[in-house]
Amino acid sequence: MSKIKLTSIAIKVNGVVREAQVEPRTTLVDFLRDTLFLTGTHIGCEHGVCGACSVLVDGDPVRSCCMFAVQADGLSVTTVEGLAPERGKLSAIQDAFCEKHAMQCGYCTPGMLIACHALVERNPHPDEAAIREAISGNLCRCTGYQQIVDAVKHATGAKSGAHD
Amino acid sequence: MKAAAFDYVRPDSLRETLELLEQHGDDAKLIAGGQSLVPMMAMRLTRPALLIDINRLAELKNLKRSAGSILMGAGTRQRSVEDDTALHAQLPLVKCALAWVGHAQTRNRGTVGGSLVHADPSAELPLAALILDARLHLKSKAKGERELPVSEFFLGPMFSDTGATECLTAIEWPVWERQGTGAAFDEVAIRHGDFALASAAAQVQVDAQGVCLRANVGAGGVDGVPRAFPAIAERLVGQRLDNDDLLRSVAVDATATCEPGNDPHASAEYRRHLATVLMERVLRQAAWAAAASFEGSK
Repeated sequence: MSKIKLTSIAIKVNGVVREAQVEPRTTLVDFLRDTLFLTGTHIGCEHGVCGACSVLVDGDPVRSCCMFAVQADGLSVTTVEGLAPERGKLSAIQDAFCEKHAMQCGYCTPGMLIACHALVERNPHPDEAAIREAISGNLCRCTGYQQIVDAVKHATGAKSGAHD
Repeated sequence: MKAAAFDYVRPDSLRETLELLEQHGDDAKLIAGGQSLVPMMAMRLTRPALLIDINRLAELKNLKRSAGSILMGAGTRQRSVEDDTALHAQLPLVKCALAWVGHAQTRNRGTVGGSLVHADPSAELPLAALILDARLHLKSKAKGERELPVSEFFLGPMFSDTGATECLTAIEWPVWERQGTGAAFDEVAIRHGDFALASAAAQVQVDAQGVCLRANVGAGGVDGVPRAFPAIAERLVGQRLDNDDLLRSVAVDATATCEPGNDPHASAEYRRHLATVLMERVLRQAAWAAAASFEGSK
């Protein structure tokens, strides 16, 4: 293929329709970061293992490295930048992550927040097993996951475990 | 790691899809959920010249329920099956299997048909389809419709009997009688949701006295294709299933026919060990679930 062919797309990102011309091979995460400069979504493995690039597509968490931007044409995408209710405020989950020290290096945090948000949307009072299942697709190499589980429990009003 | 350049088209109908496949053949690749294909493209294990996106084709998402079977569009998302509790009652093994398929993020995109066509020997849905003896419906422009049992579909690792111009359109899942039927799925993976080192699945039907009427068991990750052992499981028919020696002998004999590979994650010997332990376990769990299905009606 000698000439680069571009495709026109329009994706609603964090409530705003963004139009662009992309190469079909551009992944959704590269589009978000490099074209829209929404660098909150992190790139980890680029092949669907680490979950750092998780975003919501039409409300459901997906890995934005395993989806081409052209596939999101006409769909609605929410990134970590779109989770807070308004500028300067944090969502309940984001606040709980601070409260419970659910991050250290912060690399996995955007993906974790997306996964936890999606969980609470579907299940407002998850038990610990549901929380662990919901974040099972996201790798964290710092926290040992416990504080992340605690944060979700904190945000959803569940009692934390005996380790507190 | 970025995919090689390709052209992209999103047809509006199955007819258009089949025309494109006829025209481009091996140069084209269908993309449904893309949860296996996109990583393979990122690693340049595959580099199609044309990607045909069938992800939004409503024709591939139909679900037709009848008494004896369920005809499920190949493009049905794994997550929508996971959310369909009525379907769980009819296809208990599919429900059990889905709990092990990837992660929420991948099940939101991944499709049932995509998983079958991809034919990963350690994948859960292919194993469930084999145990239930599902039938597959494929379509191409030149040859029209073709049906085959899933037992003839998996040809080797990542290799299914899907022609270059064909599209898997539907999966016909046999439904077992609800009362007396129990299913179980179990696996060992390095991390929950990762590829299984070995997996096992079973579905059994018992009468009110606990005597087995019907049974099938199988294992994944222990051969080039997922394996089901209907002939060995037949031994359970007419027997009570609360007999650990019987269940173990089925698991041992089934494992003996498998040829697992060695890789850095697990030796062949370890995979064999897992297959035996897991098959015995899922048979026992399926038998418990089958017995429990009578409790509500007594």
